[in-house]
Amino acid sequence: MASSGKPIISAPSHGVEQGHEEHHDLEGLRMMGFWIFLITDCILFGTLFATFVVLSDSTAGGLTGADLFEMPGVIAETFILLTSSFTSGLAVLSMNRGDRKGLIGWLAVTVLLGASFITLEITEFVNLVHEGAAISTSAFWSAFYTLVGTHGLHVSIGLVWMISIMLQLKRHGINSVTRRKVNIISLYWHFLDVVWIFVFTIVYLMEVM
Amino acid sequence: MWDKIKDFASEFFVTGDPLIYGADVSIGLTLIAVVAALTYFKKWTWLWKDWLTTVDHKKIGIMYVIASLLMLFRGGVDALLMRTQLAVPNMEFLAPEHYNQIFTTHGVIMILFMAMPLMFGLFNLVIPLQIGARDVAFPFLNSLSFWLFFFGAMLFNVSFVIGGSPDAGWLAYPPLSELSHSPGVGQDFYIWGIQISGIGSLMTGINFIVTILKMRAPGMKLMKMPMFTWSVLSSCLTIILAFPILTITLALLFIDRYLGAHFFTLDMGGNPMMYINLIWMWGHPEVYIVILPAFGIFSEVVATFSKKRLFGYKSMVFALMAISVTSFFTWAHHFFTMGSGANVNAFFAISTMIIAIPTGVKVFNWLFTMYRGKLSFPTPMLWMIGFIPCFVVGGMTGVLLSVAPADFQFHNSYFLIAHFHQVLIGGVAFGYFAGLYYWWPKVFGFKLNEKIGKWAFWFWNIGFYVCFMPQYVLGLMGMTRRVSSYGWDKGWYELNLTSTIGGFLMGIGFLFQVWQILHSIKFMERDTTGDPWDGRTLEWSIPSPAPMYNFATLPRADDKDAWWEEKQRIAQGHAPKPQPKIEPIHMPKNSGIPFIMSACFFVAGFGFVFDWLWMAIPGLIGVVACMLAHSFNYKTDYYIPVDEIKRTEAAARRVI
Amino acid sequence: MMKGLRRLTAVLSLFAMTILMAGCSDKVVVLNPKGEIGKHQLDLIIISTVLCLVIIVPVLILTFYIVWKYRHNSKKATKYEPEWEHSTKLETIWWSIPIVIIAILAAVTIKYTHMLEPSKPLEHEAKPIVIQVTSLDWKWLFQYPDQGIATVNYIQFPDNVPVEFQLTSDAPMNSFWIPQLGGQIYTMSGMAMKLHLIAEEPGDYMGMGANFSGRDFGKMEFTAKATSQAEFDAWVQQVKDSSPALTTEGYEQLAIPGVSEVETFSSIPEGLFNKIVNKYGAHNHGSGSAEHTDNSGETTNEGATEHEHGNAEATMNHEGHVGHE
Repeated sequence: MASSGKPIISAPSHGVEQGHEEHHDLEGLRMMGFWIFLITDCILFGTLFATFVVLSDSTAGGLTGADLFEMPGVIAETFILLTSSFTSGLAVLSMNRGDRKGLIGWLAVTVLLGASFITLEITEFVNLVHEGAAISTSAFWSAFYTLVGTHGLHVSIGLVWMISIMLQLKRHGINSVTRRKVNIISLYWHFLDVVWIFVFTIVYLMEVM
Repeated sequence: MWDKIKDFASEFFVTGDPLIYGADVSIGLTLIAVVAALTYFKKWTWLWKDWLTTVDHKKIGIMYVIASLLMLFRGGVDALLMRTQLAVPNMEFLAPEHYNQIFTTHGVIMILFMAMPLMFGLFNLVIPLQIGARDVAFPFLNSLSFWLFFFGAMLFNVSFVIGGSPDAGWLAYPPLSELSHSPGVGQDFYIWGIQISGIGSLMTGINFIVTILKMRAPGMKLMKMPMFTWSVLSSCLTIILAFPILTITLALLFIDRYLGAHFFTLDMGGNPMMYINLIWMWGHPEVYIVILPAFGIFSEVVATFSKKRLFGYKSMVFALMAISVTSFFTWAHHFFTMGSGANVNAFFAISTMIIAIPTGVKVFNWLFTMYRGKLSFPTPMLWMIGFIPCFVVGGMTGVLLSVAPADFQFHNSYFLIAHFHQVLIGGVAFGYFAGLYYWWPKVFGFKLNEKIGKWAFWFWNIGFYVCFMPQYVLGLMGMTRRVSSYGWDKGWYELNLTSTIGGFLMGIGFLFQVWQILHSIKFMERDTTGDPWDGRTLEWSIPSPAPMYNFATLPRADDKDAWWEEKQRIAQGHAPKPQPKIEPIHMPKNSGIPFIMSACFFVAGFGFVFDWLWMAIPGLIGVVACMLAHSFNYKTDYYIPVDEIKRTEAAARRVI
Repeated sequence: MMKGLRRLTAVLSLFAMTILMAGCSDKVVVLNPKGEIGKHQLDLIIISTVLCLVIIVPVLILTFYIVWKYRHNSKKATKYEPEWEHSTKLETIWWSIPIVIIAILAAVTIKYTHMLEPSKPLEHEAKPIVIQVTSLDWKWLFQYPDQGIATVNYIQFPDNVPVEFQLTSDAPMNSFWIPQLGGQIYTMSGMAMKLHLIAEEPGDYMGMGANFSGRDFGKMEFTAKATSQAEFDAWVQQVKDSSPALTTEGYEQLAIPGVSEVETFSSIPEGLFNKIVNKYGAHNHGSGSAEHTDNSGETTNEGATEHEHGNAEATMNHEGHVGHE
């Protein structure tokens, strides 16, 4: 077989633009890294959902989800989280227009909505525990609190993260770094929204129905 | 007050065993010696600036390798302790409870704290150089991965002297690992040690996928990547799909133990079988995660030392990918005897056998790489050649084990033990040794002594067969794994003694390797060519050790064996291509955050192990604070000026 | 290099001889089965080994040949083709050989997996004898519901009569294994597994707990003694006449973690086995186990009716099993 190799020559340089280009590339890399992180997070939640489904009848003769779930509260949570996903989208739109005030404003709205979601969830958990369904009550409740709680934990982390990005936007304005950060947090937020839809369907709806 | 302290100390520290007191003393003395040496030679700043805060993939790789060799030592000592206990019937060297701790830590350390970090070390040392990149995609994250592994491993190892080691087996099946049956803190050390380093592994997986997909030299299309790069890609894809399952499984076990939940308990609807399914859904892919890069290493080594192109490149790539996909569909072969029914067992039996097909093809391709080549046999190639018969036989016994109804007779016996040691030592360990010997001159600028290396090779190789071949027979004689002693009536004596001798032969092999490294550091000549093996891929085109920016100008790779082709071209009388103009190089700055953040993780983990919230909560707060500090830091990079690059290149004796 | 290879060959052949010689000894229990199931499993082991060797042996020979022939310091000139990297014909050959062999092996495996499914009763004219097995920390309790007796760490049964083991656990999972009669099966709490074995000749067979279940799991050895029907009947009668009874309290004592000597009991508390199974709730044990949950339901019913009579003589005597530490 003939040699098909070509000599090694250097890649074309980017001249004065190089620094800028590389920076741009870095942000692209980070975006891709985040997508892959989301894949791992999907598997993480997938495992939790699988556990929940396996244990969904394992109440050891005790309280079931259908006995205790208060759907109005859960529907309110769902509605709030869906709205927050929408407002985080509006934040990205503001960013793309170069509107820093609008961007920070919409992020603030998203944070408020997220915080109310978490408040409602905590209230729900407290009520459930008062009614006698704690994490140690049965395998079903263990799986319930762990799955819903892990989602809640993700949302809480997202809140801290979003606030820190708002502060950074204040300090640095919209540039390639903050732009990527906003894009990532909004991606993360939509992802949590999708996960919640599964939580809502598999944990609450299927249990109550 | 004094009594209280005494009570606490006797619970907190592991007491009552002269072996452990001995270890305490030696650990203490080593620590004092290290601290004293660092202070005396005024090396603290050097340690912090050059190593602890580094984001350079090459230095991180070296730290991985050192840590994993230390862990190999500990895991190896565990192994020899076990072999000593089993050498003769009714031995009373280790009590059952100690024996149980030792086989548990041996398994965990060898897989998670030896094989994994040695693998990550090789990823770090080689991948960026091999694909013509200046660093990994996320250098900061890379450093964080290392420190998470390091502190996770330390947390696990601390259990040896504080609180007590885990003793429920390397996969900690519940309910044995639940609070009801393992009330001590050993199991919590297990959970947190693995959890913390597992997060690091997951991040390394992400990091190298992005690095390989996005940072290859111009011209290097996917189907022109060196085979090691392919194997790392397939291994990392397997990591990101498998490790989240481990994270959750351990988290659930922790929630069971800490919050009294009932995922895997015997009562209140808990389901221990679910744990066994989950842990093997990670555990089976895990063994392929560690073997795939070894396949990649062998592919590089065999081509270099046959002076010939790797045979069947496309088949090799396809085989790697096929193995990593199939590895997710075989987990239930670890418990054929659970009574899942004939159809389930048949499915998993066949999916397991299917893996033998691409693996077999790889062996043929390696053989035909050597066919019509010019073979030379320096140490890396010796390990490669030692690997083939060992792995082929180990693979064969693997196929025997996969035959579900026959597995009812092999399961849990020494036959199984012999099988997986044969593929893990003969495949993974031999592979990583080959890689270490092969890339050592690239990393340190000098080769390892060949003569001592050959002694090490033969001790390992012969020791291996003497140790594990008898164990196949012992399995057929009904000796079950994890038994800590046996009677004279069983007739297991001769073979066990032989096996112990083999174990010690491998131990001697390891000592030869340590001697080899020390001897070579002192006596070996510097390699000035940067290409001591007449290599084929880009890492050999730059000086050894590589300058911190790796490539002064980014190379082009238009062929699978880019550097080999370039050398051929020059040999045919073509002039080397003029190098393009050197430009300032963009580099990441060092950061102390990964080290501090991982230390905070350690503190948090330690706090959770002992249920000390006053310690755990500040630890977690520290972790969050570190993340925020990193997020707010926008001055993370700098440029190396052209002058400095020119000086460095000149010093490396490369004409520009 | 070559000296080393020769040394390796010598070591390997030494071990091959050891294995062969050991194979002749009756200590290699898996290769010396005394029952139908074990014999089938041995057949399967031999078939799969031969199928594997068909490919392994040529590969090993080829390895040594290629390494020998193409060594760079070989005196004979050999062909050197540094650019030769692909051959569709060759690669097709070595993709297809393993595929064919694995296909054959897969077919054999499917057949045997169904044939040797442990929950499937053996075809035999004799009515099977039922032994209910419970793994405890760290001892075995065997109950004979039809005979109304129980033993610890010892079983006896007639040869050439199928034995139906019903297995559960009141402790972390273990595995019940009598290598010369056939392969093992897990004992799991909350489930009643089934394993059918038969001994075709009388003898003392080694039995053990094969799965790690805590500190003294290594002491969970037992003898499985196959005797003639008459001897078995005499043994049952002797146990009934001379052993203490097993009471519920006695069982609870026995279940306390510790090791135990061989013990025998003249009677068993009513429905003890089912109580142990049901203690952990009849829950679904995750993927693939559904089939067995059904089985355990069946067992529960059968078991309850079968050994009701065995409890009339249950007395409060639980002094008989003090051997555990």
